[in-house]
Amino acid sequence: MFGTITPDMILAILPEIALLVVLAIVFIVDLVLPDMRRGILAVLTGVGLAATFVLTLLFANPGGSAELVWGGMLRHDMLAYVAKLLFIFAAFITVLLSVKLEDVWLKGEYYLLVLTSTIGMTLMAASADLVMLFLAIETTSIPLYILAGFMTGDNKSTEAGFKYLLFGAMTTAVMLYGFSLLFGFAGTSNLYAMAGAISAGAVPGPVLVGTLVLVLLGLGFKVAIVPMHFWAPDVYEGAPTPVTAFLSTASKAAGFMVLVRVMLASFPNILADWQLMLGILAVASMFIGNVVALTQKNLKRLLAYSGIAHAGYALLGVVAASELGVASVMYYLLVYVVTNMASFGVVIIVSRIVGSDEIEDFSGLSRRSPMLALVLLLAFLSLAGIPPLGGFIAKVLVFAAAVEAGFVWLAVVGVLASIIGLYYYLIVLKEVYLGQPKSEEPVPVVRAHGVAIVASVLLVLILGVIIAPGYNWAIAAAASLF
Amino acid sequence: MGFPILSAIVLLPILAGVVMLFLPPKNHKLIYSFALAIALVTFLLSIVVYVGFDATGETFQFVEKYDWLPQLGISYHVGVDGIAAPLVLLTGVVIFTGVIISQRIDDRPREFFAFLFLLASGVFGVFVALDLFALFFFYEIAVFPMYLLIALWGWKQAREYAAMKLTLYLFIGSVIALVGVLAMYFNSGLNTFDFLALQNANFSPEFQKLWFPFVFFGFAVLGGIFPFHNWSPVGHVAAPTAVSMFHAGVLMKLGAFAALRVGIMLMPEGAQFHMWWILLLTLVNVVYGAFIAMTQTDFKFMIGYSSVSHMGLVAMGLATLNHDGLVGASIQMVSHGVMTALFFAVVGMIYDQAHTRQIPELGGMMKIMPFAGIAFIIGGLVSMGMPGFSGFVAEFPIFMGVWRDTPWIAIIAAISIAVTAAYILRAVGKVFFGELPAALEGHMHDIKISEKLALGILCVIMIAIGIFPGVIVPMVEHGVEAVLALVGGA
Repeated sequence: MFGTITPDMILAILPEIALLVVLAIVFIVDLVLPDMRRGILAVLTGVGLAATFVLTLLFANPGGSAELVWGGMLRHDMLAYVAKLLFIFAAFITVLLSVKLEDVWLKGEYYLLVLTSTIGMTLMAASADLVMLFLAIETTSIPLYILAGFMTGDNKSTEAGFKYLLFGAMTTAVMLYGFSLLFGFAGTSNLYAMAGAISAGAVPGPVLVGTLVLVLLGLGFKVAIVPMHFWAPDVYEGAPTPVTAFLSTASKAAGFMVLVRVMLASFPNILADWQLMLGILAVASMFIGNVVALTQKNLKRLLAYSGIAHAGYALLGVVAASELGVASVMYYLLVYVVTNMASFGVVIIVSRIVGSDEIEDFSGLSRRSPMLALVLLLAFLSLAGIPPLGGFIAKVLVFAAAVEAGFVWLAVVGVLASIIGLYYYLIVLKEVYLGQPKSEEPVPVVRAHGVAIVASVLLVLILGVIIAPGYNWAIAAAASLF
Repeated sequence: MGFPILSAIVLLPILAGVVMLFLPPKNHKLIYSFALAIALVTFLLSIVVYVGFDATGETFQFVEKYDWLPQLGISYHVGVDGIAAPLVLLTGVVIFTGVIISQRIDDRPREFFAFLFLLASGVFGVFVALDLFALFFFYEIAVFPMYLLIALWGWKQAREYAAMKLTLYLFIGSVIALVGVLAMYFNSGLNTFDFLALQNANFSPEFQKLWFPFVFFGFAVLGGIFPFHNWSPVGHVAAPTAVSMFHAGVLMKLGAFAALRVGIMLMPEGAQFHMWWILLLTLVNVVYGAFIAMTQTDFKFMIGYSSVSHMGLVAMGLATLNHDGLVGASIQMVSHGVMTALFFAVVGMIYDQAHTRQIPELGGMMKIMPFAGIAFIIGGLVSMGMPGFSGFVAEFPIFMGVWRDTPWIAIIAAISIAVTAAYILRAVGKVFFGELPAALEGHMHDIKISEKLALGILCVIMIAIGIFPGVIVPMVEHGVEAVLALVGGA
């Protein structure tokens, strides 16, 4: 079916192969490992992910070329390359943050699920065919359903897993229906061939817009934008926190990769329609996410709503549908992933000691552990879009993309929404810096956690000050779609 | 290109702030000494910039330019003109004197000074930026630390409210200006944020008329322009002394300065189209601010509203778009900055000991702290625009500039001078020469030598400008020429 297998084809799936090898190793070691030494599993997974990252970075770079490989199933391009690195990085940090987490970190299946989900994400970023795309999305999602409910002794976690599964299955079914309509009318399942069939008039207009809505419903669920956001706060709150971090960063970013690819590759004919549709969803997400976040008392829920708002901002770049637009989405996701990893890292470290993730329990953190407070400060200011942090550059880029594409009103709405965001980030920081701590003891930090948050926060700073390297990646990724 | 002095002045405070975070938190003495040393070096560097500026040379001097993100035409491009150089000096003075009088900060001083230096870097960055992206970058860096400085170290009753109000006001302004700047970037088609390149962008008149108000008001919010001045007095009052000094003395100038740089200089036709009604708003600032100041009984609120009034004069000078008005406005930024820093410093010294700022509850300070009293009186004379002090050198040209086109506005605005004299003299009379209330008897003592030094520096500048206007006027005129070349005024 594939003809001869060329080295390029292997390089295109190098990250997946490497992840699969790591997965196999962890699986086998898990079987033979005595109970006393199970901590090695985390080390093994972490090292494996780091090695995969380096391998991918060095060898899987497609450069300027972009080609369909494996019979048109995957596209080997810069977008996929950058996205894969991002997911592998996120998985690596997730594993670091899982260390010493009770009920979770000594179980081999936890790491297997994280790795499987990562493989799914890397495939999502590269999928160029409806069939492949669907398989990739499911490979990503099913392990995440289990991970969200991983702490079986904890009712909230179980509820989170079940809720995520139910909503996920439903929206996936709807999206699959959309896929089948597309395939039926267009006569091809390849995303790139589809554009040709659509512009030839193979799909009647109303059906096309209808299918678009179905597909958006499914993808909107993955990236958690309004009105497909309702699952996020409950799932984020209930899931083990490292899983929440993974869900809110890598999984969201993977959804965005699919979104930009599908929209630009398959639906250029009805550009104006989906621009308007996504523009409205973006506004709704920014406002509803930010406004509801104002009332939250739980930090994980607050971050869930803030994540909804951030998906709205990133969506502005998709709406722009230009090279700058896609580059801004990429940059936004790079920043968002590292920033949220830092935020959730602090949440994990603190809640491990105080046993809760209510905002009031972070009171006076600055007096207990000034450095943890500083990391949270930098992460939240980055989320609020304040220089010299990555979030500022990311916001400027998406707003710039919107203005360039003529959506000045979206940019204005976006900046106003970001003011609401600033308010609740400040409320949390006020608690952290102004509140009285319940205890004066410094919060002990597991070394792996320390490494994770320092690495993340340094990247936040680097993305905010030395913009060029990140932007070069983002623009190269964007260029590969045009 | 010799020593990159502007980069040094921008980066030194922020790097010092980072280093400071790694000092031992309990060793207050070490932290304070380190902060003082850095502030001193910054001050000296700012003097070098001021003295080294050649008022007959290029428009922009000490220029440095490095690529930052060339794909989008973003560069790190800095330089000062005759308007910015005095403001750099002003910032150096205020950071130095502000650190001197902050010796009493004993709650987390490490973080306090780190944030204060971050703020200083942002302020320097805005004054020297010749790239709109860089300007924005530094502008927001300058705005944000205010929140923490006020919320953490401010006056307990009002700090949380004041800090939040200030931050939200200023950010709404700045993000709206941001959209305007982005619109300029794409409309110019030059693919650059460079200020000098955008000067020649020839934006169409329609574009300028539409976008000028966004950019101008977005920045002018920070300049305290009516009706967006509301955040300012309460912000001043709630802030700790050094931060009030910085806030009123320097930060508000950022707003006026950026409105001039980005608004007036890049969209001159828009400015000419809109200025008549902006002039009216600034008139409200000047007169209304003065009257409100007169009704205050809280010493710090009085000065807060006087800042609104005096900053109104700056905006009024800018709004004339003529030579005299612009020169006056530029000098007024410096004069008011020094004067108001002095006011807040003195009020802070009194409050620290008396624990009240109510003017009726104070008195007799002249006997207790004569040096502070004299300094305050000098500041008061500046505030009233007395000849021989910097206030006169600044305000006289502003009134001349306004008179040129709209004499009636100048006449109404002149009311503010009388009102200012009234509230300043009343405060001086009660607080310094009135009788020492029994409640304060025995609690009060003279200020420290270091504090006298700080007040002395501020006074010297105000008098020097007043007696020898030649130290600043040629420089400012040099900068204003370049503005007029763009605006096309007289």
